[in-house]
Amino acid sequence: MKELFILAVVTVFTLATYYLVEPFAHSKMHKHVESEKFAYADLPALTKKGDANRGKDLVMGAGACTGCHAIKVAGLAAPMDPVATAQSYGVNTPDLSNAGVVYDAKFLAALIKNPAHALKVEHKYDAASGKVHPMAQFGGAGGDLDQEVADMVAYLQSIAVKQDKLTPKMAFETACGRCHAMKYENWTQIGDKPSFKMKKDELAFDIQVIDYQDALTKYMGKLPPDLSMYIRSRGEHYISTFVENPQHLIEGTAMPRVGVTAETAEKVIEHLADAGDTKRVERDEVGKKVMVFIVIFALFAYLWKRSIWKDLH
Amino acid sequence: MAHFTKATSVHDWINQRLGIDTVRRVMATEYWIPKNINFLWAMGMVLAITFALLLVSGIFLLMYYQPNVNTAFDSVNYTIMREVDFGWLWRHVHGVAASVVFLVIYIHMFTGIYYGSYKNGREMIWISGMLLFVTFSAEAFSGYMLPWGQMSYWAGMVITNLFSLGGLHADGIVEWIRGDYVPAQAFLDRFFMLHVLLLPLAIMGVIGLHFGALRIPHVNNQDGEELDFEKEAAKYKAGDKKGSKVIAFANDFMSKDLFVVGIFLIFFFYLVFFHYDFAMDPVNFDPADGLKTPAHIYPEWYFLWSYEILRPFSTNIGLMAFGFAQVIFFLLPFLDRSPNAIPANRRGLFSLWFWAMLVDMIVLTAMGKLPPEGIFSTIGLVAALVFIGLWIALPFITKSEKKA
Ligand code: HEC
Ligand code: HEC
Ligand code: HEM
Repeated sequence: MKELFILAVVTVFTLATYYLVEPFAHSKMHKHVESEKFAYADLPALTKKGDANRGKDLVMGAGACTGCHAIKVAGLAAPMDPVATAQSYGVNTPDLSNAGVVYDAKFLAALIKNPAHALKVEHKYDAASGKVHPMAQFGGAGGDLDQEVADMVAYLQSIAVKQDKLTPKMAFETACGRCHAMKYENWTQIGDKPSFKMKKDELAFDIQVIDYQDALTKYMGKLPPDLSMYIRSRGEHYISTFVENPQHLIEGTAMPRVGVTAETAEKVIEHLADAGDTKRVERDEVGKKVMVFIVIFALFAYLWKRSIWKDLH
Repeated sequence: MAHFTKATSVHDWINQRLGIDTVRRVMATEYWIPKNINFLWAMGMVLAITFALLLVSGIFLLMYYQPNVNTAFDSVNYTIMREVDFGWLWRHVHGVAASVVFLVIYIHMFTGIYYGSYKNGREMIWISGMLLFVTFSAEAFSGYMLPWGQMSYWAGMVITNLFSLGGLHADGIVEWIRGDYVPAQAFLDRFFMLHVLLLPLAIMGVIGLHFGALRIPHVNNQDGEELDFEKEAAKYKAGDKKGSKVIAFANDFMSKDLFVVGIFLIFFFYLVFFHYDFAMDPVNFDPADGLKTPAHIYPEWYFLWSYEILRPFSTNIGLMAFGFAQVIFFLLPFLDRSPNAIPANRRGLFSLWFWAMLVDMIVLTAMGKLPPEGIFSTIGLVAALVFIGLWIALPFITKSEKKA
């Protein structure tokens, strides 16, 4: 019994120390932001029911979306290659094939009407600076603006893959891939890095990446970090709330509010976990087996001790 | 020359040449341990096992680790964590063991302090133990440099800066230690060498010394009772195992050690698989960047108390306080003036001293991590002063203690 009492004392002091240096210290060092469940409450709700057919005409026509964006599922390639696009706009434009499932509908509507506002980067484009966001505002095609926007959103939703077909990699590439490289998944901002037979071709590719990154750095003020290990360095909660609204965690940051849905955010995080915490499933499985083994070991050790000590007292 | 006869068995053949029966007798079956001890006396064995875990996992990591500032981070986080089968397991075992070993060292040290096991002939056990603490600290610090993450780089920067000795501005020493003006390739190379060669060798040597130092005084017991080991051993050998106050190292003591090790390993592997984050700082998963100082720079938890003794003071005084904290535990056997090697709860004022020291070090540890602002820096300052005060008071408290 005395041993159990000593064990209790040791445990209490150990846990107190742990509590102070881990949960408590971290709560004081880092700002904690609660998730808003990707509700985007500051943006107005969609009031009109969109029509995908009319939306198609607008996206291809008056909306001018395809003047800057690729829509590969509709057979429309990008007007320029990624490097040239970045050199014109500062960053490549995402392919809109899956925009309807990746982004929140309310957010898409707000984005079309006023990109800087929806993306929460108005601090970079205030009247005093004289700069305007590179994605043109849609001022309307002559009809009811809200109706036209709702139509375009409906069209984008109609061409996108179903939610359950959207893979973590697709979600990441559409939502984050134009700004963030991910070396451990072989991803550069201009696409997957192919394997080259010739050194010369590889160097040519690398130079394209560097040109792209130079343009992006100029646009963002700094090069967005490679996200390979961010699941370990920032953790799920931080990344999720940061994506939801970067300004909450880093005030004045150049990273836009990307406007993804809660489901897409989960997939993006899963992709980050695939890169930086690849063996998590194996770890859990092996962990359970090792625990069983070690408990059995302790049990046998106890029986051995008992059999030896019964002669001792 | 010794006389050799034709061997009757393999055992006999080896025994004639290596004397394994004698070794076994001296090291195990007739190495006497007091019976009246609790599981805290198994902490030494737990430490030995944890060191073995560190050594084995370290050897596996070493097969893929690359000590180069351009590839170190990826060799750990990509090659070992993703490419190598079970590389993640070895890394997590290594990282968690490096943290847990300090928890057990602190328990082991405070056990020694509580039971007064550092005096009356046990001074060398204590001193060799403190040498182990210092070499383990150096081992942990050098290992922390190797993944070449943000914390490796900046902790390396901050700690090596201490060697400029504050107002003395001995920048030459700092550059000499780093092999460069800032932590860079030469720095990583030499800490790699220290971590995988020189320090492990030193640790193994000092563990030998520590074990050797235990031999003559024997370990203490729960009541601080002075035992006549020869008399008690004779009783044991005559078959009166129940009446004897000693037990044999093997298998008596070892069977209990092994059980405690079993319980410890349940705890350890739980941490390895399900709760490893505390041992692997998130900030160190950002690659080293000399242009980007992290918002909070702090050492691993086991160095926090001494870091906090440095921090609340001005540079020079802080360094002196830090130097004091590093050596003062070595002097414990000589600062404790009481002849009593008995549990602290029977030692009057010393009992208070013990619990005050324990709580104070936990407070220092907590404040060492928290940002040094407002109430935290005040608490830190008070705790640092209490730490120094307690050590100054120790000789006086113990001098007046009555002989038990
Ligand atoms: C003048 C060129 C241009 C036009 C026209 C344009 N865009 Fe964009 N779009 C951009 C650029 C540039 C970006 C990237 C902005 C950034 O990342 O800072 C972008 C980004 C986007 C994004 C991703 C936003 C996010 O949250 O990351 C979506 C979705 C989008 N555009 C949809 C549209 C739609 C729908 C239209 C048509 C109504 C359209 N765009 C018209 C240039 C354009
Ligand atoms: C238009 C470019 C852009 C897009 C798209 C983008 N980011 Fe970022 N991101 C940045 C920039 C720029 C920074 C650097 C911010 C800073 O340090 O102020 C950044 C920083 C980050 C950080 C680090 C924050 C920190 O604590 O330092 C994370 C995590 C992150 N982004 C995740 C994402 C994820 C996940 C996505 C996709 C859902 C994404 N980003 C999409 C530009 C972008
Ligand atoms: C990590 C390295 C260490 C190892 C492997 C180790 C191992 C051991 C072992 C096996 C014992 C005998 C059994 C026991 O009482 O636990 C022991 C005893 C002891 N150790 Fe350590 N030890 C280490 C570090 C330390 C440190 C850092 C100190 C304190 C400065 C220390 C002080 C002592 C003392 C005082 C005893 C005697 C206990 C007694 O007499 O009751 N040791 N050690």
